[in-house]
Amino acid sequence: MQIFHPRVLAFLCNWCAYAGADMAGVSRIQYPPEARVIRTMCSSSVSAENILKAFQMGTDGLLVGG
Amino acid sequence: MTRAEVREVNGELGAFRVKVLQKPRYIDLKKCTGCGECAKVCPVVRKNEYDMGLSERRAVYRRYAQAVPGAFAIEKRGSSPCKVACPAHISVQGYVALAAQGKYAEALKLIKEQNPLPAICGRVCHHPCESACMRGEVDEPVAIDSIKRFIADLDLHSETRYVPEIKAERDAKVAIMGSGPAGLTCAYYLAIEGYRVTVFEKLPVLGGMLTVGIPSYRLPRQIIEAEIDVIQSMGVQFKTGIEVGKDITIADLREQGYQAFFLGIGAHECKRLGIEGEDLEGVYPGVDFLRDANLGKPIALGARVAVVGGGNVAMDAVRTALRLGSRTVFILYRRSIEEMPASREEIEECREEGIEIQTLINPVRIIGNNGRVEAMECVRMRLGEPDSSGRRRPEAIPGSNLVIKLDCVIPAIGQESDWTCLTTECTCTLSPWGTMRVDPVTLQSDAPDIFAGGDAVTGPRTVIEAIAAGKQAAISIDRYIRGEDLKEGRKEEWLAVETIQPAAYDPVARERMPRLAPELRIKAFDEVQRGFSEEQVRREARRCLSCGVCSECYQCVEVCLAKAIQHDDRPRELEFDVGAIIVSTGFEAFSPEGPDTYGYKNFPNVVTSMEFERLLSASGPTMGRLVRPSDHTEPKRIAWLQCVGSRDIHHSGHGYCSAVCCMYAIKEAIIAREHARGELDAAIFFMDIRTHGKEFEKYYNRAKEVHGVRFLRSRIHSVEEVHGTHDLLIAYVTEAGKLARERFDMVVLSVGIQVSQQAKELAGRLNLALDGYGFAEHSSFAPVSGSRPGIYVSGAFQGPKDIPESVVGASAAAAAVAGILKPASFERPSPKTGLPSLDIDPLGPPRVGVFVCNCGRNIGDVVNVAEVVAYSRSLPHVVYAQENLFSCSQDAQERLAKMVHEQGLNRVVLAACSPRTHEPLFRETIHKAGLNKYLFEMTNIRDQDSWVHQGEPLAATEKAKDLVRMAVAKATLLEPLLEEELAVQPVALVLGGGLAGMQAALSIAESGYRVHLVEKTDGLGGHARHIHTTWKGEEVKPFLGSLIDKVLGHPLITVHFESETIYSSGFVGNFRSTLRKKGIARQAITIDHGVIVLATGAGVYHPDEYLYGAHPHVLLWYELDQRIAHRDSLITGSRCAVFIQCVGSRQTEHPYCSRICCMHSVQSALKIKEINSDAQIYILYRDLRTFGLMERIYQEARAKGVIFIRYTPDNKPLVRAGENGGLEVEILDPILQRPILIRPDFINLATAIEPSANENLSRYLKVPLTENGFFMEAHAKLRPVDFASDGIFVCGLAHYPKPIEESLAQAMGAAARAVRVLAQGVWVTSGISASIDPGGCVGCMGCVEVCPYGAISFIEDRRVCEVNRALCKGCGACAAACPSGSATLSGFTRKQIHAQLSAALN
Repeated sequence: MQIFHPRVLAFLCNWCAYAGADMAGVSRIQYPPEARVIRTMCSSSVSAENILKAFQMGTDGLLVGG
Repeated sequence: MTRAEVREVNGELGAFRVKVLQKPRYIDLKKCTGCGECAKVCPVVRKNEYDMGLSERRAVYRRYAQAVPGAFAIEKRGSSPCKVACPAHISVQGYVALAAQGKYAEALKLIKEQNPLPAICGRVCHHPCESACMRGEVDEPVAIDSIKRFIADLDLHSETRYVPEIKAERDAKVAIMGSGPAGLTCAYYLAIEGYRVTVFEKLPVLGGMLTVGIPSYRLPRQIIEAEIDVIQSMGVQFKTGIEVGKDITIADLREQGYQAFFLGIGAHECKRLGIEGEDLEGVYPGVDFLRDANLGKPIALGARVAVVGGGNVAMDAVRTALRLGSRTVFILYRRSIEEMPASREEIEECREEGIEIQTLINPVRIIGNNGRVEAMECVRMRLGEPDSSGRRRPEAIPGSNLVIKLDCVIPAIGQESDWTCLTTECTCTLSPWGTMRVDPVTLQSDAPDIFAGGDAVTGPRTVIEAIAAGKQAAISIDRYIRGEDLKEGRKEEWLAVETIQPAAYDPVARERMPRLAPELRIKAFDEVQRGFSEEQVRREARRCLSCGVCSECYQCVEVCLAKAIQHDDRPRELEFDVGAIIVSTGFEAFSPEGPDTYGYKNFPNVVTSMEFERLLSASGPTMGRLVRPSDHTEPKRIAWLQCVGSRDIHHSGHGYCSAVCCMYAIKEAIIAREHARGELDAAIFFMDIRTHGKEFEKYYNRAKEVHGVRFLRSRIHSVEEVHGTHDLLIAYVTEAGKLARERFDMVVLSVGIQVSQQAKELAGRLNLALDGYGFAEHSSFAPVSGSRPGIYVSGAFQGPKDIPESVVGASAAAAAVAGILKPASFERPSPKTGLPSLDIDPLGPPRVGVFVCNCGRNIGDVVNVAEVVAYSRSLPHVVYAQENLFSCSQDAQERLAKMVHEQGLNRVVLAACSPRTHEPLFRETIHKAGLNKYLFEMTNIRDQDSWVHQGEPLAATEKAKDLVRMAVAKATLLEPLLEEELAVQPVALVLGGGLAGMQAALSIAESGYRVHLVEKTDGLGGHARHIHTTWKGEEVKPFLGSLIDKVLGHPLITVHFESETIYSSGFVGNFRSTLRKKGIARQAITIDHGVIVLATGAGVYHPDEYLYGAHPHVLLWYELDQRIAHRDSLITGSRCAVFIQCVGSRQTEHPYCSRICCMHSVQSALKIKEINSDAQIYILYRDLRTFGLMERIYQEARAKGVIFIRYTPDNKPLVRAGENGGLEVEILDPILQRPILIRPDFINLATAIEPSANENLSRYLKVPLTENGFFMEAHAKLRPVDFASDGIFVCGLAHYPKPIEESLAQAMGAAARAVRVLAQGVWVTSGISASIDPGGCVGCMGCVEVCPYGAISFIEDRRVCEVNRALCKGCGACAAACPSGSATLSGFTRKQIHAQLSAALN
C-alpha cells in the first residue's frame, strides 16, 4: 500500500506561530516533515485569495497560524 | 554581563566605582552558536533548576530554550579532588563519568592525555585519587583504580588499540635513559610531538622497576609489554643492555645529534641496614632479590626468610619468597602497622597468604655461621614522639633483645640511584641524598639539555609520580628544543572541591575486586586481582558524586566545531565607573519544606505552584501533559492552597501578602482545566481572593462562572496522604467554622515570594536599608529610590509585585537615572540609511546567490547540504551557490560580501537558522557589501527542518530543497526598499496636572526636554490634594507642595491651566495638538510635540445607596479624610463607626476592583483609633485586599480591635436611619450565621474609582479603552505604559486605580519611555511597510477598518485611502482586506507570496 504524503502549506505569523515553530525546533519536538512554511508579518495579511490559490494549486491541507 | 556579581561599591551619586566579580562561563559567548552538541555528549547529569528539578540537564547546559544569551555554559564547582590529588592530574571524574555511560574508548583517550600506562597504573597505583574521593565522606571512595584498569584492559584486548596521532614529524632527536614509567611516559609524549626518541635501558628487559621490582602476580609481564608496544608503534626506539656512562656517554650522544636528555634511571640500589653481619651469605638486598627473581634467575633462600621493612618492596619481596618455596616467611617492621607505608590491599593480601607481619621490632645484628646467615638478633621497639615525617619515632626498648633463627634476611628499607651515566662532561649536580637536582617545575638539571624525573629525582616513590614527571619533562624538552620559555604558564593552581553534603546521598556499597583464591596464588605467579566485570564498572562508576559537577572529560571540546569551549576560563575582577546604580534582583519562591507544611517533599503529589507551572508548560518536563508526579497519571482533582509562605507569621515569618498568588492560582486552575479538557475539579482554598489588578476581577469571575473553578473560603487544618494511593486528604475549616474533608489527586501550594539571601547580602555590600523582611526601603514619594543616594531599586526587591508594576518600576528607575545623568550621556544611535553605491543593478535581471548553512553539525548531520547546494544551482536565476560551516561566523560573512561583488549578485538567499534571530545580522552584511538590505531572503532549514526531522534525513533534505526553491522564487521578485528618517520634535505634551502628570512632566523636563503640561482646572495636584497620608503614614501635603513648586519653577515646563486638548493628530515624533483655554476669549493654541503622555486621572463614584446624600453622617472617603484631618467632633466623639467596602466596585456598574479602598479604609480606621481609641470600628468587606506590604496595616488594625465582618453581594449590609436620626446597619455575620445590628455614629463608604471621560482622546489619538473606560495599554504585562501606537504613553489613574507610590512610579516609567523617543532625535521607519496604489483604490475604507495602528486615513478630496508610514507597523492586514488589490505590503507582496506558494506546490 502506498503511504499518503500530504502536501501541507502553513502561513505562520512572524511574531507568534513562526516563533512557536522555531521553539519546537529548539526543543527538538519531532513532527512529520510534510509542511512547507510561508512566513508572514501577521496572520491578518493572509488573504482569502492566498488560501484559495493554495487549494487550487493542489495543497492537501493549509494552516494559518497567528 | 552574565554570571557577574557586584562585590563592592565606593563613591557617591554621580561617581560610583563598582567592583564586579565575573564568574567563568567556560564557553566563549561570541563563538557559541547555541547548537547544543556539547550537551549531547556531556556525561554529567544534573537536576534542571529551570524545571524546578523535575527534569534533568547536563553539566554543560542552557537554562532554557529561549534563554538570552543563547550560549551554553558549563557548571563547575571546582576541580574534583581526585583529579587534584593525582600527581599526573588525570581527569578522573571525567573518565569515571564516561565509563558510567559505557564510553570506554573516550575514557581511555582522556586518561592517556596524562598517563600512557593506565593498564599498569590500574594494577599498581597507590591511588591518591581514592584517598581524596568525596564519596569517602558518604561511605567508601569510588574504586577509581579498578575502573581505570577495566578501561585500559578493554583497549589492550581490542583488535585495534588506541594509538595517539603524531602531530608532525620532527627531526630533533631526544635520548632517554631508563625505560621505567618516567622514561616511557616522557618518550610517549615526545613521540606525539613528533620527536625522534631513543630509550637506552641498562637491563636486558624494558620497564625498569615495573618489570624487575614488581612481582608478576601483581603486574603481569604481558601488561607491561602491551603498553610499551603502543609506544614502540609510535616510532620510539628502544635499546636494551646498554649502560650509558659505560657503553656510551652523553658526550657521544650529543655528538650524534641528540638535542636533549631525560634521565629516568630510577633507584635500583638497595640501602644497607648498617648493622653487623650484613655481608654474610644469605643476606639478599630486597631490590636485588626481586630483580633476580623477576629475571628468572635460580634462587635458593632456605626455609625461614625474614624481610626487613614495611614498604611495598618489602611486601613484594616477602610474597615472592613465599612463591619461591620458602616455608616460613615474615616481615619485621620497626613501627606499628598503622605507620606501614605499604598499601592496605597488599597488607591484607599478605595476611590472606599466611604471611606474618611482626611490628615494633628492629634488627641489631645478623649472626652467621661459616659465613652464612644463621640467626638475627632483634630488639623490641616502642613509639616515641613524632619525627619530621609526622610518624612517631620508634625507640628501642632496652633489654628486650631476642634472637630469631633464619636462613635468609632480605633488607627492604629503601633504594638509591646509580649515577654511572653522569660522566665528566655532564654539569648536573646531585643532592646530599644522591638524587638529581632539578627545577621542581621544569625538571631541568644544572646542565640545560639534561632533564630528570622519577625516583632518580625524588628517591623511591610511586609509579604515578614517575609518570607525572615523565610528562612534565616531555613538555620541558619540547619547549627547550623549540627555544621557548620553559616556565611560562606552567604553574597550575587547582581550585578543588572542598565540601559536599554527605547526607544528600544514599550509601551504595563499593564493588569488591575479585581475587584469586589464596591457596592457588601462593603456588605460582598468576595475577591475584582479576579485574572488575563490566557490570561492576558501570555500578562503581555510578557511585561517583560528580562533586566537581563538570567532570572535565573534554568531550564537549571535541564536538564543538565553533571552538567555543574554554575549560581554562577563570573568574575576572572588573571595575567600572558609574553615575547611578539600579538594583532589581527580583525574588525567590518561598520553599515550603519543613515538618508542618502540608507534606511537601514527603508526599509526591504535593507540589509548589512553581513546579506546577513547569508541569503545565509545553516546554516543561512533561511537554505540557498534565500528570501527577507519583504515577504519571492525569489528575482529576486538584486543590490549590493559598498563602503558603504569605500572610503567615507562624510557618514562614512572612507577615506580608505576596500579591500575585491569587491571580496565578486562578490562571493555573484555568489552564489545568483546559489541559484536562474540562474533566478536572479545580478547587482553590483561600482566605481572601485578591484580584486587585487591572482586569483581574473579570478573570476571577470568569474562572468561577465559565470555567467552573471552585473557590473555598477556608483555613487548612492538614494535608495527609491516603494510604496506598498517594491521593491527598485535605482537612479544612469552613468560614462557618465547620471541619470538612475532601480528597484530591494533587495539591498545589501557592507559594509566596521572598527576597533571596544573596540579594540581602548584596544590599549589605551596597549599604542599602532593608525592611524586616529584606525588601528595599523606599519612600512612597520617591518610589524607586533606595536609601543610598544614587542607588535605585525596582521590581520585587522592593516588595511583592506583579509583572506590570515591576516593568513600570524598571522604567521609573531608568527615568530617575536619566534625570541625574546629563542628557548628553545618552548615546544616540548612528543613523543607518541611504543606499551605498554599487555597480550592481538591483532592478536588472535577478542574479541570485544561495548560501546553505551547515550550522556546524546541526543542519549537516540531518540535511544533505551538498545536495541542497547542487540543487540550488539548478534553480532559475541562481548564478552561485555554496555551503557554509557557520554562516554567522566572521569569515563566512566576509565571504558572503565578497561573493556579492565577485559574482555580481543582486539577490541573496540564505538557508540556515531562523530569520527571527539572524536576519538583521545578514541584512547588515549585505548592506555593508553595498546591496540594499531588503534584497535578502532567509529560509529556516534548522529550527523548522533538521531539528524537527532528525530521524528522516531524506525527507528533511527534500524539505530543505523545497524551502530553498520557495525562497529563490520570492527573492527574484524582491525589490530594494527604503527606510525613512523622520525628525522628532523634542517636546512632550502631558495631559493632566495630578500627581502622575506632574511627575511625568518633571521627569521629562529633568532629562532636558521641553514639556507642555495641560490641566483642566485652575490648580495642580488632582486628588492628592484631598489625601492626607499614605498607608505608610507619610504626610502627602509637603510632598505635593514641593512637587507643584518644582513643576511651576522648572524652566522647561509650561503649565496650561484651565485648558483641554480639543484635537490631536500626527504620529510619533510629529504630533500637533490644539488646546482650548476656558474663559471669555476661548482662545486656542497649537502645540507641535514628539510624544504625548496621558495622565488624565479618574473620578469619584457618588453612590445612591446606603443613605448617601440622605444622611449627613454617611460619608465618602475624602469627606472622612477631611474630618479626620480637622479632628472633627464626629470623629473625636464617636463611639462606633462602620466602613462599607466595595461601594460601587466589583458589581454591575463597575465590575472591577478599585484597588485602593481596602487600604484606605484600614488606614482611616487606624487613624480614628489613634485619635479615639474607644471607638468601635467595623469594616464590612467582601475580600480584604491589603495586598503586598500593606498587609501590615491590616494586621495592626486587627490587633487594635477593628472588627472585620464579611458580606456577600447577595447579602449586602442594610443601612437605615434609626430612631432619633441615628444610623443603623444590619449585616449577616458569616461566622455566627445570624444578623447583627450596629448603631454607628457615622458610616464611611469606600466607593469606586471611575474612569474620566476619555472617549474623545481615545478617538482622535486612536488609542483604545478597556470596556470599563480606562486606557488600554499595549500589553498588560510587558508594556504597561505604552500603546500599540508609538509615541503615546499612559500613567496614573487614567490607566487604572492605584496608590500614590504606584502612580508616581508609572509616571516616571511613562516619562522614561517618552524620553527614549525624544532622545533618538530621529524616528526610522521600517522598509517593510504598506502602501496603497491611489490608481486602484476605490476608497472603500476596508483597510482603514482593519488597520490596528490607525495608520491609514481616507483622503476626502481624492476619495482614496493613504498609509502613513510612520504609523504603519507592517502587518499587512490592509493588503489582505483590500478588494481591489491596491494595498501592498512591501517585502511580502501578493506576487512574492504567490511565487512562494507556487514554488511550494510545484
